[in-house]
Amino acid sequence: MTASILYWVLAVVLAPLLLGVINRTKAFFGGRKGQPLLQAYYDLFKLMRKGAVYSRTATWIFRAGPLIGLAVLLAVMATVPAGGLRATFAFQGDFVFLAYSLGLMRFFTVLAALDTGSAFEGMGAAREMQFALLAEPVLFSGLAVLAAGTGQFNLSGIYGRLWSEGTLPASASVLLVAMALLMVLLAENARIPVDDPTTHLELTMIHELMVLDHGGVDLAFIQYGAALKLWLFAALLAGLAIPLRTGRPMLDLAVHIGGVFIAAVIVGIIESTMARLRLLRVPQMLVVALALTLAAFFWILR
Amino acid sequence: MAIWTDVFVLGLVLTNFRLLSSSRLAAMIETMVLQAIALTVIPLTLADHPWPLRLMTLSLVTLTVKGVLLPWLLRRSMRAADVQREIEPFIGYTVSILTGIALLGLAFLIAQPLKAATGPGLASLLPGALFSILTGLLIIVSRRKALTQVVGYLVMENGIYAFGAALAVKEPLLVEMGVLLDVFVAVFVMGITIYQINREFDHIDTDRLSELKD
Repeated sequence: MTASILYWVLAVVLAPLLLGVINRTKAFFGGRKGQPLLQAYYDLFKLMRKGAVYSRTATWIFRAGPLIGLAVLLAVMATVPAGGLRATFAFQGDFVFLAYSLGLMRFFTVLAALDTGSAFEGMGAAREMQFALLAEPVLFSGLAVLAAGTGQFNLSGIYGRLWSEGTLPASASVLLVAMALLMVLLAENARIPVDDPTTHLELTMIHELMVLDHGGVDLAFIQYGAALKLWLFAALLAGLAIPLRTGRPMLDLAVHIGGVFIAAVIVGIIESTMARLRLLRVPQMLVVALALTLAAFFWILR
Repeated sequence: MAIWTDVFVLGLVLTNFRLLSSSRLAAMIETMVLQAIALTVIPLTLADHPWPLRLMTLSLVTLTVKGVLLPWLLRRSMRAADVQREIEPFIGYTVSILTGIALLGLAFLIAQPLKAATGPGLASLLPGALFSILTGLLIIVSRRKALTQVVGYLVMENGIYAFGAALAVKEPLLVEMGVLLDVFVAVFVMGITIYQINREFDHIDTDRLSELKD
């Protein structure tokens, strides 16, 4: 129990560091020196000190969007298990809670974007929903495959039994689900093959476009939320891909957090070696991810 | 050894999905080489470790024909016919992948009754082989260019070969060799045909060949 609470605290504190690690990896591949590792923290503190400007046409929804997003993520983080350890809140079917809480967050982000009445933000919202529509079944069927393979119906149970003897008939299906989850991670967190978080042209933006009108504290909440979401997906991936379960809570925790940072480095490598896909090609990538999870599903059922 | 069979059958399945999703011919031929490597290794993972000489010869010949000779022929006809990519297939690439998922499910379903007849080590090989056959058929009927259809034919043949690989440990060497020679000659002839079609009609779109012309 203490380990899982400690994990929640560590995740909440360390999440912005992931952005720094990704940035440094990209800088390394580009032959640059890169920003300080803690740049994301500096940005957050700077934004927290600023006031926000609200349009007179925007309603309370515009202000509620970032707040709800952050609240949802802080709650969901408590259901994410660290490696094989139990999460703080583990209950039957908590992966449904995880998937659809993220849906709630997305709903309010999109609503806040539409609330501004800007034509560009409406376009961003439409794209976000289109890709989310394709990414959600992948996440969900991936988790369902793991649930079917391990016979457990909560995340802590699934991740606890994942690599123990004789649960999954083929570790091949675990690897397939890991590949699919990596693709979902890239799509959901607006990373490069799908979306470029540093783009400066509204016509090519997806996620960044929806938060153009947020400023000050609201923007800080959104950026912090993005870091937490990245941690969440990286944690799901690391728990899946790292088979090491020592049985000693603190050691498991350290291994798991190391895995999360390795996932960040992998994302950085993908971002620096790949170009952004054309918008029309993104659905194809997500359908391939769906194919991987379904192949894993058939693999279990054979 | 069962885990390695699984890994390479998985490679077979994934290369099939890549063939269904890619539009560039160069990438398809590259994928065919990967598939040939997977096909070569699968029978080896099924046999006991001191591999019989017969099996090793078969693998070596398979690798030479499917991994080196056929891709070389395909690349040659690609250059001769001057086609780079399949532009407008009858079935779009995203729909192709979705159809592929359905076919994979079907393959696992068909392999279910066969499972009792074979050992547990082959539980993934039979559906993988059936999926390759169905993928090959799908590529043949859904693509326009003659060259892509040849790739489809090869994938289908790869599926049949993988099916045979399950029994290759006992099967006579001569049968496999005959099949390989057959395929080689078929692709050879198709390469020549494609070249001739291209020279005669300035394109290799098979659906336009039925148009009457003076």
